[in-house]
Amino acid sequence: MTAEAILHLSVLATLPILCLAFLLTVVRIVRGPTLPDRVLGLDMLVATAIGFIAVIGIKTGFTLYIDIAIALGLVGFLATIAFARFILARGKTEEDIAADSHADGSTRNKGRKG
Amino acid sequence: MIATLATLAAAVLIFVGALFTLAAAIGILRLPEFYTRMHAASKAGTVGSSLMLIAVAVHSGDPGTVTRALAGVVFFLLTAPISAHLLARAAYAVGYRLGRHAVLDEMPQESGNERS
Repeated sequence: MTAEAILHLSVLATLPILCLAFLLTVVRIVRGPTLPDRVLGLDMLVATAIGFIAVIGIKTGFTLYIDIAIALGLVGFLATIAFARFILARGKTEEDIAADSHADGSTRNKGRKG
Repeated sequence: MIATLATLAAAVLIFVGALFTLAAAIGILRLPEFYTRMHAASKAGTVGSSLMLIAVAVHSGDPGTVTRALAGVVFFLLTAPISAHLLARAAYAVGYRLGRHAVLDEMPQESGNERS
């Protein structure tokens, strides 16, 4: 068994593992339950996609994909920072939002603050 | 000989990196709350993608590719703690509570009271 065959087998074994990791992360994004969980899942999706790019780069020999991986990492970093700023600017958790809507629904005469 | 060793090393590195990524995904799915899930995503996830980029660098002997892959690894190792820290800090400041298994909250003056 040559080294190239071992590398080919390793690539063939790696792709389903990465697919499974991708799907598990998507399950977490869909289930939530909070906004930071989904942002974290998005960050993890970017990391998994970089792994995909590396595997495809080894399999096909097109090392130009490394540039795409670097750009994708930069975009993922900036997206995570932007979502963190958004969470900070929103200023309330899902529990607060649910409590607000519940209070609005039950005591109609209370009104909104501000 | 060297090429054979490099190919074998790339095979091992890419497989171990995929296992780390899978471990991070399982941790994101199975850990009980947001602040513990962050451990899995920011540590195991970064190691997984970094190992796979190092595998590309080992597999292609081209100096340009090696430099770009190592630059990517350094970039991920620099940015992953920053983004994880920002996200955890934002979530904590807004008032997402620790899980019921947490034993210590070292910043209790900021928890609970939402700031607007």
